[in-house]
Amino acid sequence: MKPAVEVDAIVKSYADQVAVDHLSFSVDQKEIFGLIGPNGAGKTTTIRLMMDIIKPDSGQIAIFSEKLSESTKNRLGYLPEERGLYRKLSVIDSIIYLASLKGMNTRSAKKKADELLNKTGMLSNKKKKIEELSKGMSQIIQLIVTIIHDPELVILDEPFTGLDPVNTELLKQMIQDLKKQGKAVILSTHQMNQIEELCDRILMIDHGGAVLYGNLQEIKAKYRSNSVHIEFDGELGEVAGVAERRIHEGYVELVLEGNSTPKQILEQLVGSGISVSRFEVATPSLNEIFLKVVGKES
Amino acid sequence: MNKTYSIFRHEFLQTIKRTGFIILTLTLPVLALLGIGVFCIVAGAAKPPADATRIGYVDEAGGFDKYIIQGNLTLLRFDDREAATSALMNKEIAEYFVIPADFISMGVVSRYTMQRELSPPAAITDAIKNFISSNLLAGKVPAISIVRIEAPLNLVTTMLTSTGAVAPEQGGFGNFIIPGIFSLLLMFALLFSSIYVIQSISEEKENRLMEILLSSVSTRQLLTGKLLGLGAAGLAQVAVWVISLQLLLELASSSIGGIFSTIQLPASFLVLGVVYFVLGYSVFAVLSACVAVISSTAQEAQGFASIYTLFAMAPLWCFSLLLLFPNSPVWIVFSIFPFSAPVLVVLRLGLTGVPAWQLIFSIAVMMLCIVGGLVLAAKLLRTYVLMYGKRPSMGEMIRNFRNKIKTAD
Repeated sequence: MKPAVEVDAIVKSYADQVAVDHLSFSVDQKEIFGLIGPNGAGKTTTIRLMMDIIKPDSGQIAIFSEKLSESTKNRLGYLPEERGLYRKLSVIDSIIYLASLKGMNTRSAKKKADELLNKTGMLSNKKKKIEELSKGMSQIIQLIVTIIHDPELVILDEPFTGLDPVNTELLKQMIQDLKKQGKAVILSTHQMNQIEELCDRILMIDHGGAVLYGNLQEIKAKYRSNSVHIEFDGELGEVAGVAERRIHEGYVELVLEGNSTPKQILEQLVGSGISVSRFEVATPSLNEIFLKVVGKES
Repeated sequence: MNKTYSIFRHEFLQTIKRTGFIILTLTLPVLALLGIGVFCIVAGAAKPPADATRIGYVDEAGGFDKYIIQGNLTLLRFDDREAATSALMNKEIAEYFVIPADFISMGVVSRYTMQRELSPPAAITDAIKNFISSNLLAGKVPAISIVRIEAPLNLVTTMLTSTGAVAPEQGGFGNFIIPGIFSLLLMFALLFSSIYVIQSISEEKENRLMEILLSSVSTRQLLTGKLLGLGAAGLAQVAVWVISLQLLLELASSSIGGIFSTIQLPASFLVLGVVYFVLGYSVFAVLSACVAVISSTAQEAQGFASIYTLFAMAPLWCFSLLLLFPNSPVWIVFSIFPFSAPVLVVLRLGLTGVPAWQLIFSIAVMMLCIVGGLVLAAKLLRTYVLMYGKRPSMGEMIRNFRNKIKTAD
């Protein structure tokens, strides 16, 4: 299956800085791809280059194996970071107009709009003007506009900004549904927990260049520290193969020596007669990896 | 559905639903209707009532006793000023005048009235003048000569073509009324079309819609659909004005008469009026699109627009000069300058003949300006679409174009 997006060595410079620096990556179909990085790393510029809103100085971008054209635009759904709607227009008129620009006819747009408004609990607001809605409600309408035409590739730039926990869950559910429907989703955010929860693969960029790229689980495994977290009742005696013991609130972290394995440590703990209620191989969060990598880069 | 058509439809419908647009569209016909109504009321009130046609006079010079019926006025002679004043107080007469003993040498007639007025009504002045001249000439020249002296001539001018035939368009004020009114409407249409274009683009910039729109359509589709939609709304507005104007002129012709009854529509004007409306609208619309794209707010853009819209208004400000010298080289230059051409050429078409070369040159310059403006607007939109809340400096824009920023489309 051909990738949904192929980006090859793109460069974009502004007067005083390089925003994107020889960046290459691909996004597969039927995956949720995370685009992460600190503020000003070049995430939004990369997305705008992909959407042909700005032009790269050099490099190639292919969407569904071809250069972005007017017909390809109908296969994309884009929720930009800087987003809004016609404030004086009603919810349904806004959706229908923006859907028509994606090639939908009025009848199909109305039917699909009703379906999505119902699904998101917004049907009762259908005839309200956009300016009458809360920010969170407007964002849900913006998401409906992004996906109403059943796009094959959905690009969401900071979609969780300004959403309350209820709407955040609703959005996460909608993103997972898109994946189930076989869509490719690019999720750009600085909220690492959302990326960790939703994404299959990630690209971490900093200063316009890639610093981490690949399968999320593989990246986490790569950055896994050689330690275990344990919770127990009783007196923890000497444990062979442990280089350091760190006491945290509610648990103890055992840093293993180079040739020790978690299995050997677990066997010793069980043999020592203490009651172990939790034994977990310590895996760094994406946030920790992010800080580690970006810190190292800077 | 074609995307340009979708944008066209959206812009057209949203514009004609605006309260400001509806009010403006209806205001001009309603004001004109009110004007006609007020004129009829005032003119009706100003006519001397049937029982107020008696005015007195005191003849101190002697010999003014004939021709006492002047139109619907009857002149009553009084022996002295006291008697005339008394009759005025008793409302037996509406006013009186005195022909003094030295009238022949001095030419002064004193008029007395109880009405406050800016100047003597023309009907009264004419009646007194005719009464005096008729009496002075009575018995000295034939009666028909007296009539001719009082109304010496009615100068009828006939315009001939180069072949000596009577020209189909005879000019004059009757020929100028429709172009004159049309130029006024055109000026309003140009001003408001600039405002609508600026509002539309600024609204999408300020509401952060541009990026969403450009993820679906190209800058060219967006601008073309928008300008056509707003242009159609402007055309609909002018159509309402023109249709109501026709009805109002018929009403004015029957109720006011005078100049309104001599109205002629120059044949060439029908075609050229539409051409200059469409081209004029397009020139101002593309320029307004450029200004809106680089401005940070709608208010800032409208500030810039007020500079170039002055050119649309200038011909009407200088109307008295235009009336005196319609073929001055200054007007010829401004007939070719694309911002002043639409209103000025329409006005000149009503006043005088505009040579074909000037029309062709003027239309060509406007078309070039439109094409160039559209390309520039698309490039500016592409380059500055994501610049929210600030305006690029002139130096920055020149630098960007020098750097050959790649543009789509």
